[in-house]
Amino acid sequence: MAPVTISPAPPQAWRVEVFRRPTVDDPEGTHALAAAQALGLSSISDLRLGRGYLLPPEFDETQVLRTVRELLADPVLDVARITAPGEMPAREGAAFVLVARKPGVTDPVSQTLERALHTAGIAPVTEEDLLVTTFQAWEMQTRPVEEHLSQLSKRVLANVVIDAVSIDDETLYYGRPAKAEGHGVADVPLLNLDEAALVQLSNEGLLSLDAAEMLSIQEHFADQGREPTSCELETLAQTWSEHCQHKTFRGLIEMDGEVIDNLLKSTIAKATYELDKPWCISVFHDNAGIVEFDHVDGETWDLSMKVETHNHPSAIDPYGGAGTGIGGVVRDILGVGMGAKPIANLDAFFVGPPDLAPDQVPRGSMHPSRILRGVVAGVRDYGNRMGIPTVAGGVWFHEGYTANPLVYAGTVGLMPRWAATKEVRPGDVIVTVGGRTGRDGIHGATFSSVELHEDSETQSAGAVQIGDPITEKKVLDGLLAARDARLFRGLTDCGAGGLSSAVGEMGAECGAEVDLDLVPLKYPGLSPEEIWISEAQERMVLSVPPEDLEACIKIFDAEGAVATAIGHFTDTGRLVLRYGGVVHADINMNFLHEGNPRQTRKATWSAPDVPTPAVPALEDPGATLLELLKRPTLANKEWIIRQFDHEVQGQRVIGPTSGVRNDGPSDGVVLHPVPGSKKGAAIGLGANARYGRLDPRAMAETCIDEALRNVVAAGGDPTHTSLLDNFSWGNCNKPDRLGSLVHAAKGCYASAMALGTPFISGKDSLNNEYRVGDETIAIPPTLLISALSIVPDVTKAVTMDLKKAGNVLMLVGETKNQLGGSELHALLGLDGGEVPRPDLRTSPDLFACLHAAMQASLVRTCHDLSEGGLGVALAESAMAGDLGANIQLSYTKDLNRTSALFSESTTRFLVEVAPHQVATFQEALGSHPVTRLGEVQAASRLQISDMNGDSLVDLSIDSIRDAFNGSFQG
Amino acid sequence: MQTTQALVLRTSGTNCELETARALERGGAKVDVLSHRRLQDDLPRLTKYRVLVFAGGFSHGDDLAAGRVWGSDLRAIRRELDAFVADGGLILGVCNGFQVLMESGLFQPDRAPEERTLALYSNASNHYECRWVQLAVERSKCSWWTEGWKFPVPVAHAEGRFTCKDEATLEGLRAAGQIVLTYQGANETLTYPENPNGSMGDVAGICDPSGRVVGLMPHPERNLDLFNRPDWTRLEGRQEGEGVRFYADLVAAAQG
Repeated sequence: MAPVTISPAPPQAWRVEVFRRPTVDDPEGTHALAAAQALGLSSISDLRLGRGYLLPPEFDETQVLRTVRELLADPVLDVARITAPGEMPAREGAAFVLVARKPGVTDPVSQTLERALHTAGIAPVTEEDLLVTTFQAWEMQTRPVEEHLSQLSKRVLANVVIDAVSIDDETLYYGRPAKAEGHGVADVPLLNLDEAALVQLSNEGLLSLDAAEMLSIQEHFADQGREPTSCELETLAQTWSEHCQHKTFRGLIEMDGEVIDNLLKSTIAKATYELDKPWCISVFHDNAGIVEFDHVDGETWDLSMKVETHNHPSAIDPYGGAGTGIGGVVRDILGVGMGAKPIANLDAFFVGPPDLAPDQVPRGSMHPSRILRGVVAGVRDYGNRMGIPTVAGGVWFHEGYTANPLVYAGTVGLMPRWAATKEVRPGDVIVTVGGRTGRDGIHGATFSSVELHEDSETQSAGAVQIGDPITEKKVLDGLLAARDARLFRGLTDCGAGGLSSAVGEMGAECGAEVDLDLVPLKYPGLSPEEIWISEAQERMVLSVPPEDLEACIKIFDAEGAVATAIGHFTDTGRLVLRYGGVVHADINMNFLHEGNPRQTRKATWSAPDVPTPAVPALEDPGATLLELLKRPTLANKEWIIRQFDHEVQGQRVIGPTSGVRNDGPSDGVVLHPVPGSKKGAAIGLGANARYGRLDPRAMAETCIDEALRNVVAAGGDPTHTSLLDNFSWGNCNKPDRLGSLVHAAKGCYASAMALGTPFISGKDSLNNEYRVGDETIAIPPTLLISALSIVPDVTKAVTMDLKKAGNVLMLVGETKNQLGGSELHALLGLDGGEVPRPDLRTSPDLFACLHAAMQASLVRTCHDLSEGGLGVALAESAMAGDLGANIQLSYTKDLNRTSALFSESTTRFLVEVAPHQVATFQEALGSHPVTRLGEVQAASRLQISDMNGDSLVDLSIDSIRDAFNGSFQG
Repeated sequence: MQTTQALVLRTSGTNCELETARALERGGAKVDVLSHRRLQDDLPRLTKYRVLVFAGGFSHGDDLAAGRVWGSDLRAIRRELDAFVADGGLILGVCNGFQVLMESGLFQPDRAPEERTLALYSNASNHYECRWVQLAVERSKCSWWTEGWKFPVPVAHAEGRFTCKDEATLEGLRAAGQIVLTYQGANETLTYPENPNGSMGDVAGICDPSGRVVGLMPHPERNLDLFNRPDWTRLEGRQEGEGVRFYADLVAAAQG
């Protein structure tokens, strides 16, 4: 970020601060106060927020008053304090903190105000000539101790990565960011450097290129007899980043005497190509996978899906990182084929324990509860504003994510078949659409490819992006209109690497020329490199036939989205960048995309040396069940779910919660995206934080089984289900990390082949380690599997809440002594043991039989068994149905009653069947194990006895609900 | 009988226009969806319609305040909107559309918008909430909805706490038949989340003195199909969602 000069206080602008009237409550103040007290900042006893605005000094008093009355202050709720330019505000209270975005950081509110001032006729100049900035003024009546005031500012009120904070100081910056120095062509002399110096150059420039890659670049430019320009070097670094190229998955791996040439192609993609499902329309080569959905009234509809990781940005700035994670994956769906309409979002978070002692938080990290609240708010504010329902998700808690949280965001799109393919032709105009380009997000692609460390926060400030969902919504509206008018031929999103990746990728087969000075900017002064690699959000790149250019720009303009021609595609096979007519880069496209040397990595893995503990004998299994329900991973997530709009677009069939009080955790969710179609789309997730360390292959197979259980339990067809894989691993340059990745990938292949469920898309994040000094901490190997399944008839979808007293409860599937990695072990502090692993010889047919039984309307309730096993599933279903259950466990000598209740064996379901349909249901399940457990009862107690009739569990539904609600609630 | 024509208005950040159009169609209307900009360029077009709906979403990001910028934009077409109502047209605002109508001052036509005494405030929980609630139709100027009818709908908003400057203002609205819809609970006194946002008087929807301008926070257009309700797998004998009737009654009233 360029240096900024701060003007002396107070600012030379009109200052407006809008406070809540004393007669109404101040929710923001109350909220911040609670957060401060939760951090132990005991001397903070009151907080009051003033929403602050700086208005142009040229305004006269009438203009300022109109602005306040018509746009800034509510007549019922607010009072405003107005301060003339250069004057000191009549500050109240004993202490205050001012928080403002750092110059250059996107501020959507100021942009909206500039527009509104213009359209309301208050400011006659155009919005480009207006400068409005925003800030927050926090006032306290009682002065806290100095240390608390400082902690409050940094840890509650502001994120120092993006915000400027001042305490007891009226200084506010009013102006535009300073210009970068020098826009001439800069060569980077590297032809004469040795290997060590090349690596140093890469590290200092945050290029994330290794020695072999730097040597290959040196050789390429030596052949041309010139040094690379900085623009060229940046372009190569972005394109060759792990984030963009997946070098680990596509490289060579030596393991146990075997050489794996491209792990992706030899496992995950291999399954897809061998299965060769006719309903897979586009897999692996576009921004997202595309599968067939349904034919309605002569139109064929497809679904597309993509899930992304956004881990490192979310560690530094949970709110901004999670929000732009959603924004990015939504653009993947907008940019697949000729564009799809986003119809659902999903999110999955992996964070440290919410009750972690504050002194256990590693230096440079935030407390897990603050991270979680931040990512939830980020997903909420971005997804809700886009009008896309956030329907599915999960949160997993584990110590291993404390310093390196994981944030996954996914989107499902709907598109007509004709839009599934795209092309680029030489002569097509390169058009950018959406957000203006600023200095935000520089080096995001390369940053995500390195380890986090305690200084990441300060060093990578520029890598954090701030989202503006309404700009993306304008892009969405304009894009779908332009698509349906057939005004472009191809498109992609600007994600990691910004324009460099988007234009480079689209022009890979032909060539491209770009005039960087045509790119619309948020503020003047960006250097050509900054324009080219900025990861400013909400931008897409289109290839537009010249004859359609005018109409295309017009259609975006009607939505208030900026579309700009910045160059054209060529047939030269070169990428040429100009600024002010001067060539800043001229690279061979082939070298750019194929020139990086393939790396060979070594891999090895051996199971951790942990003895298998004896199956614990539980004194009071009922008490244990309540303890399990309180564990954060299992407990109620309603405080998160309710903040997400899961109903917008009006197509819900099964939402994230079910039951009488709508508080039961649903397995899969089901949408009805096309009016007039009988079909639905089911989405399910599978993940686990504890299995992978003990057995990565079993973990992968279990996650796939879980994702499939979730969609099948809701009514999805297991033979019409596709999968997405998202690997988040430690540093895979280390052989043990890579070895476990290989095992997991092989598990994915085996499962996909057995189940007939192709992978259609994936994304990995392979540097999730946190460095403090010499120590590196890797996250638990974490695979998120997402399943997208077709529901043949939405009216036959099934929920997990018990329905009717007298109905029979059955357990489908076999329970084994598999407590390794279970929530029970975690509760009891036990390590080791056998990790659940599906029997791929029988599980595919079990899924098919259960689905057939559901299609025959034999199943009233279905709930999958996962963390916490049968005990937790029974408790959840009973609670959701506000009904009790009377259960007698039956188990053989080999199976302990502890395992019967809490083992996490795979491919199992709790099913409710009407008494007269029990025999038919058992028949439908063929030779698969089906055990009669007992009955649903009107008395609202969950009663479980063992084979001898001795009571194991006897709990009221209220006590179950209390335990389920008794954990961290935001 | 001629089909009732309805117009669904949207602007940047609106995101409920399609399900709102679907709801009006299910309710018997012929529906167009248009951006505010396009309408402003062609204002005479407004006379073609009998129903005008401001759809939900986050108009202009709800920056500054929920609905404020679009509400401010309505000042420029206020004369046409007043004429539309005077001519017997019906205006409905749902969720963000309600916030827009509130900001525009249309509910208190005898005051300047910046002098209004009603507001929609941040939820008591101070965050966005999406959940299903039970609504009841009150005795009001909007007699086309049957008094006492109760039905489930989702709410999804962060600023839906109906607030009056004082109790007398609320009583004045009640006496004038301007309280149209209220949240319902198990007992007479509602608790959270039965009243999901802390609204005064449990008010979910109001109208202007004429009864021709109506706004509500919940989303009946998200309850059109048999399977939209979260407890639908527990119910038998339903054919469609209760939201269809809500819109059908509105369309019928506009026809008459």
